[in-house]
Amino acid sequence: MNRYLVQRIGFIVLGVATFLVVVPILLVVGTIVVRGIGAISWEFLTAVPRNGMREGGIFPAIVGTLLLTLGTALAAIPVGVGGAIYLAEYARDTRLTRAIRLAIINLAGIPSVVYGLFGLGLFVLFLQFGTSILAGSLTLAIMTLPIIISTTEEALRTVPNEFRTVSASLGGTRWQGIRYIVLPQALPGIITGVILGLLRAAGETAPILFTVAAFYLPRLPHSPFDQTMALPYHLYVISTQVPGMPMEIQYGTALVLLALVLSMNIVATMIRSYFRRRRAW
Amino acid sequence: MHESSRVRWSEFAIEAIIRVLGFSTIGFVLLIFLFLLREGMPVFFEVSPDNLFGTRWYPTFGLFGTLPLILGSALVTVTAIVIALPLGVATAVFVREVAPGWAREVLKPTIEVLAGIPSVVLGFFGMTIIAPLVREVLGAPTGLTAFTGAIILAYMALPTIISVAEDALDAVPKSYRDASLAMGATRWQTIWRVVVPAAKSGIVTAIMLGMGRAIGETMAVMMVTGNAARMPLTLDSLFRPARTMTATIAAEMGEVAQGSVHYHALFGIGIILFVLTFLINVAAASTMFKQRERGGLR
Repeated sequence: MNRYLVQRIGFIVLGVATFLVVVPILLVVGTIVVRGIGAISWEFLTAVPRNGMREGGIFPAIVGTLLLTLGTALAAIPVGVGGAIYLAEYARDTRLTRAIRLAIINLAGIPSVVYGLFGLGLFVLFLQFGTSILAGSLTLAIMTLPIIISTTEEALRTVPNEFRTVSASLGGTRWQGIRYIVLPQALPGIITGVILGLLRAAGETAPILFTVAAFYLPRLPHSPFDQTMALPYHLYVISTQVPGMPMEIQYGTALVLLALVLSMNIVATMIRSYFRRRRAW
Repeated sequence: MHESSRVRWSEFAIEAIIRVLGFSTIGFVLLIFLFLLREGMPVFFEVSPDNLFGTRWYPTFGLFGTLPLILGSALVTVTAIVIALPLGVATAVFVREVAPGWAREVLKPTIEVLAGIPSVVLGFFGMTIIAPLVREVLGAPTGLTAFTGAIILAYMALPTIISVAEDALDAVPKSYRDASLAMGATRWQTIWRVVVPAAKSGIVTAIMLGMGRAIGETMAVMMVTGNAARMPLTLDSLFRPARTMTATIAAEMGEVAQGSVHYHALFGIGIILFVLTFLINVAAASTMFKQRERGGLR
């Protein structure tokens, strides 16, 4: 067979494969938008669910997800960014730092439901936080750490070494160089990484199953030791556990969750590309 | 003098804190393993080994056979990789080597969107759209089958596979391509005989990482596989309901009494999952480290 014909066929096969990857993505997003948009109204977003969730809105689930994401951010950002500063600025290549890198890779690979078990064992039962926003946030925070650490480390490493040398030559200490020169330069990258980590936390269901999520709680939580509804768990509940659930509410909930996560994604991408273009070095 | 000693002291304190934060990641992994052991180990004393590795999982009757769950996970995961691997590698090659610049600009963010879709949303889509399709096309009594789960899982593993494979292709030096083309090879021959073989170890890493993600996936799998703890040994198992380890934990932990045998058994499954993903990740990481030590291909 003519080798240019072979090339033609090869490229077509590759193109078809790519088509098979991309089209379902558009189909998923498109279906959920088209079928869910009808459910979206001011009432749907701001009312509590009624009649065993078959009517009313999803306000407590939205607030719950935002609170959990906030709690995750408060716990994960200091630890994650600090850990990344250690790896990028202080750590030498020793056995210990290799162990840290291995630990991060493993944290990234542990199944989300195992995080749920761990959160149940440590936070809910051992530390007696009960099923609460606190327990859920901390569980999600540990799950998000690897994403925040690896993206922050990458952001720190892209700052040229000359910046550190110049800071030192002016008599600055190592930490002053990091605090006033390196961190501000790496900030857009760090923010991007943090958002990417948090959007994973916002969409996860398995880690919150036994640590915080309430099946049906038509009011807002009062304290960090309260249970709360959350969007991903709510979607799971209304699509599998409640018989006779109107399709429109199910698709509407899926759409709100998808929109929340994808808009965070877009913001992260925009920050990254904006600062990459503006960067002077 | 005072000024400088204060600076030195705060410098010391901050460095110490940062060091501790760096080391804390090891602590978290140990802590996770410790708590899984603490809650899961008792099951190995409470349940006899032939029950524990038996073929029947009926916790309410004291039957804790984990074999159908392990095989269920294996069936769904392997099928997902069989679907995702060719698609993922082909897409990576297309995006990196064949597609014109503008198509790349469109394709990459679209694939990133897939990585951002929450697992429960994909599970919901699988239940409402794909399962009925599977039922009609394959004539299965129910659309909630191992195969349905594998399709969803394949698409969840795709972003990982594509991005790791793309990195591997990126690392192949331009001189390899130029040399091949200069010998009169077509672009296709260059890709097929030179670039892809050179990126092989990166592609193996992609498979492993994709597999790790697929084994651990929970919500989508639980929603679409039908959750029947049966041994998947017959030929039609793929088109019947199956149950995975992750789905078992997620579905049953909510109803279980703390400290009961069933509770310990679910943590025991957690131990199995932890060790499995740990091994897969160490293997994937070591191939990555090795690549880097050889200086990669750069």
